[in-house]
Amino acid sequence: MALQGVSHDVSQPKVAIFNDPKIRGWVYQTVLLVAIVYFAFVGIQNMFANLAAQNIASGFGFLGRTAGFAISQTFIDYSQAESTYGQVYLVGLINTLAVAVTGIFLATILGFIIGVARLSPNFVLRGVATVYVEVFRNIPLLLHIFIWYFGVLRLLPHPRESADLGFLGLLNNRGWFAPLPITDDLFFLTSIAFVIGLVATFIISNWSRKRQMATGQQFPVFQTGLALIIGFPLLVFIVTGLPLTFDMPVAGGFRPSGGFTIIPEFIALLLALTSYTAAFIAEIVRAGILAINKGQTEAAHALGLRNGPTLRLVIIPQAMRVIIPPLTSQYLNLTKNSSLAVAIAYPDLVSVFGGTALNQTGQAVEILLMTMLTYLGISLLTSAFMNWYNARMALVER
Amino acid sequence: MKKQILSTIVGTAVLGLTAGYASATTLEDVKAKGSLQCGVSQGLPGFSNPDDSGNWSGLDVDFCRAVAAAIFGDATKVDFTPLSAKERFTALQSGEVDVLSRNTTWTMTRDTTLGLNFSVVNYYDGQGFMIRKDMNINSALQLSGASICTNTGTTTELNVADYFRANDMEYELVAFEKADEVVAAYDAGRCDVYTTDASGLYAQRLKLTDPNAHVVLPEIISKEPLGPVVRQGDDEWLNIIKWTHFAMLNAEELGVTSENVDSMKESANPAIKRLLGTEGEFGAPIGIPNDWAYNIIKEVGNYGETFDRNVGPDTPLAISRGVNALWTNGGLQYGPPIR
Amino acid sequence: MATSTKSTAYVRTEMLGEQTPPGTSTGIVAWIRANLLYPWYNAILTLLAIVIIVLLVPPFIEFVFINGVWTAEGREQCTTIAQGGVQPDGWVGGCWAYVGAYMGQFIYGRYPSADLWRVNLVFAMFAIGLIPLLMPSVPYKRENIAFLLIIFPVAAFILLTGGHFEYSGFLLPDFIMEPSAAKFWVDYIILTAIIVGIGVAIARGTDSNPRPIVRGILIAMGGLALVFIVCAVNFGLEEVPTDRWGGLLVTLVIAVTGIVASLPIGIVLALGRRSKMPIVRLISVIFIEFWRGVPLITVLFMSSVMLPLFLPEGVTFDKLLRALIGVAMFSAAYMAEVIRGGLQAIPKGQYEGAMALGLGYSQMMRMIILPQALKLVIPGIVNTFIGLFKDTTLVLIIGLFDFLGMIQSSFTDPTWATPLQSMTAYIFAAAVYFCFCFSMSRYSAFMERRLDTGHR
Repeated sequence: MALQGVSHDVSQPKVAIFNDPKIRGWVYQTVLLVAIVYFAFVGIQNMFANLAAQNIASGFGFLGRTAGFAISQTFIDYSQAESTYGQVYLVGLINTLAVAVTGIFLATILGFIIGVARLSPNFVLRGVATVYVEVFRNIPLLLHIFIWYFGVLRLLPHPRESADLGFLGLLNNRGWFAPLPITDDLFFLTSIAFVIGLVATFIISNWSRKRQMATGQQFPVFQTGLALIIGFPLLVFIVTGLPLTFDMPVAGGFRPSGGFTIIPEFIALLLALTSYTAAFIAEIVRAGILAINKGQTEAAHALGLRNGPTLRLVIIPQAMRVIIPPLTSQYLNLTKNSSLAVAIAYPDLVSVFGGTALNQTGQAVEILLMTMLTYLGISLLTSAFMNWYNARMALVER
Repeated sequence: MKKQILSTIVGTAVLGLTAGYASATTLEDVKAKGSLQCGVSQGLPGFSNPDDSGNWSGLDVDFCRAVAAAIFGDATKVDFTPLSAKERFTALQSGEVDVLSRNTTWTMTRDTTLGLNFSVVNYYDGQGFMIRKDMNINSALQLSGASICTNTGTTTELNVADYFRANDMEYELVAFEKADEVVAAYDAGRCDVYTTDASGLYAQRLKLTDPNAHVVLPEIISKEPLGPVVRQGDDEWLNIIKWTHFAMLNAEELGVTSENVDSMKESANPAIKRLLGTEGEFGAPIGIPNDWAYNIIKEVGNYGETFDRNVGPDTPLAISRGVNALWTNGGLQYGPPIR
Repeated sequence: MATSTKSTAYVRTEMLGEQTPPGTSTGIVAWIRANLLYPWYNAILTLLAIVIIVLLVPPFIEFVFINGVWTAEGREQCTTIAQGGVQPDGWVGGCWAYVGAYMGQFIYGRYPSADLWRVNLVFAMFAIGLIPLLMPSVPYKRENIAFLLIIFPVAAFILLTGGHFEYSGFLLPDFIMEPSAAKFWVDYIILTAIIVGIGVAIARGTDSNPRPIVRGILIAMGGLALVFIVCAVNFGLEEVPTDRWGGLLVTLVIAVTGIVASLPIGIVLALGRRSKMPIVRLISVIFIEFWRGVPLITVLFMSSVMLPLFLPEGVTFDKLLRALIGVAMFSAAYMAEVIRGGLQAIPKGQYEGAMALGLGYSQMMRMIILPQALKLVIPGIVNTFIGLFKDTTLVLIIGLFDFLGMIQSSFTDPTWATPLQSMTAYIFAAAVYFCFCFSMSRYSAFMERRLDTGHR
């Protein structure tokens, strides 16, 4: 390979065909390919022979069959009497995404707070943050989940003695029974006001950035935006006569009725995933901030910026470039780790589809393949998005 | 120790943990290995449960010991593989275990589509519900809206769905991978109701913090005939399994116990003589010693003895014979005659 | 202006004596003020942190030490009167006596008690092999690695399983020769001959001397044969099937085997991913990204439910071995990425220099690139190992009894069942995992500092 650049007018010595790196390369590759194809072929042949011997059906026809079992948390319409295995797959996927997205959101916030706290000059705060990081990331996630679920669940009261959180609903060992907002006819006006506020803020922030570039004058975008996004809809909401009521959960029977339920499995899994991943994110954030030259802080201070704005306007934007790639892999880890739900019966993809559905149908190959490809798809999509984002954030060098 | 290595890949041969069998029958294979590999549960008191030094005990375990006694004349020549509900059939299909004696319900689908054969029913069971006493509920029909904990990969999950649908009741299902997790969650108060086979309820109740605070509701919502399972296509092996159970039933019916079996050898009763191998050749056709049943009874005991020892009224489970009594006592256990 | 001796009225001629700084800017008060209370939000944060400490630490100490029960016969000493025990109402404490009673199972699983010395011997050998290796100042690294990677695995394998394997051959069909140990060795000799033949053919094709190749093959096959022979020897050890293994033993077996197996596979994959051959690169990329893109638990499900389907009828794998294969594949993909990072960090000049010396690809990698790259990524390898060590807990979901699995299964024992049993056991488990992982991460940080010096 190294010889490729050598000019060809040098009289070439007689070379055996096998010594030509190109040809040798192709020989190796062909052998490798043949070996892989052979093993795949033998494996698949065995699989069909085994399936035939054991009378197990194959193919994806089962996705249309009625599942016939109940699932404790469904965000789409699902009934055990009619819903199919295909719907089970969807329910599982949505549940996985629900816990993963919430987890990513919370872990990012917590991780950034702790990461910054680890660099604080305040030694008590720094100590607490350091202990948090070291303890949480050195204990297996599964143990976190068990501790949250079996340890903390025992501390929650029985439904008959639910803890009343006032407006936030009821908390007991069947979960958190939160009030369900019910919108009246006129509520759509509030939604429209919210959208208008959002669009207006976007336009204003663009305009103010341009103006600041051109004239150096600043415009209080944050306050204006806050007024537009929250204040304006709130005003509309009040003017239209508060078109929103809450269905409050009422204690009674086996479990409170009304409201909407967040099952304890979800809470335990979310807490475990968040606290565990936040420890890793904190370390990433810390490393990212440390990677920024101290001169940047000093220069910002010299310009008269205080600690807050220095961090917000100078350090974090630069640190983000270092932070984003490892942050992406933490997000992916969290998503994949959400599959540990199976240990505490949270109905995620692995639990209901790769677990219950697999047991009922016995079609291990199809179901595991679908499950794995789904995770693979989520991973690849997230990576692609984060790569795109990273490319946008990357330092534009002259 | 004998391990047959028959692998096409040298690498797996290096690891040496592979065990293969060619076209040999299960019996030949077991004899070659020198021990029976028996699939059991991961811990169900009374049926198959390891103690703190790893010794297994229980009704299902005793059945495996009986098979080992029939083949080798030595009930200790058996190794137990704990299996989850999910992996039990794969383990049997792939030959990891020779017999699955893991409180497995006999259903038509399992019998006809998994490449397996159910042999006999060594425990007639039915699915029931357990609930806290202080809930003041005395019928399953009052359970509308309840949270129910159970295992995935079992028939119970589907039975409970059928039952609640048939009675037009709401419920929330929380299904765990492992039985221990179900018990832990129920004990922690995650669910109002714990459902599984009634025998399982009595067994798992022992693991609760306060067993006396829980009751088993009277309703039995399904038929759960539990018994050992073998691979399809090996009739000789199926016969050994079947007749091990029948020998234990016949012994109980004839009053032969592990204590009096030696004196019973002198008995004039031809049925006992045939059972204990002093008359006729009943072991040879299925490839095992002629005193096979004697060994079973001597080493393990008759069906009634194993029942009383593991789940009977004098054990913590305190299950009465009920439908598992001999047919002569109005139960369902009926051993075909040995002749 | 540099030296002006002219006295000016408004310029002081002598230095003022040093004064002590104001009381608020020195000493503990100032330190507290600067670090904890200033500016105002810092004071709030300090308060918050102290509240967190007060809320968590005293109850923890009370649970573990003050209320902890260290000697007990059964559940009575670890439950309150209302729960049927002897402790006063409101007592909340750890039942360490239970942990002590189960310690044997937590470490060895259900390994036969008469044979525990075998496990202890394996642990001791591992420690003897590992500790000097971790200390950079201890010499004989090469011999040490040889012990740890060749002698230790064989010895541990024989000690743990019992050895005395019987072989039945793998190559010739049964109708030529009955399966027996003799057939195995005939097969083995035939296989060696075939490999030697291929080697000679390659050597002929490349016009090089076949002798070193043949010698290399014979040494490798001879060494392998020696391993087989040793495994077949009857040392009089009782066979212990892997389903009797459990606890920390299984955790360590999975973690160590996983890391040892994943290193070579990871190196090959990393080299494959940076190879110039398109098919090799494609296959490596697909392999790596596939395993990195799926959760370990699905890999374990695959190995426990799906793998048996892909094997010919009658061939079965041990359950532990199946999990090991899954774990090894999974960690190999992560290892490959770590090693790729190391390969990328090697300056291009090293490659060019090696090529200029006329080294071939394998020589260049073996003698120039990999030694440097692997040294660079030692912290990364240790971090992968920490991850793997924590991930071993997942095998309890497929029904293997690792350390955490053993702890969970101990909950079923009515002798010790108390409401606080699970909390006690989980705190114990957390402490054990923490000790392992924390010390490893400290070691990784230590190596990072040590290796860092040459590069900046």
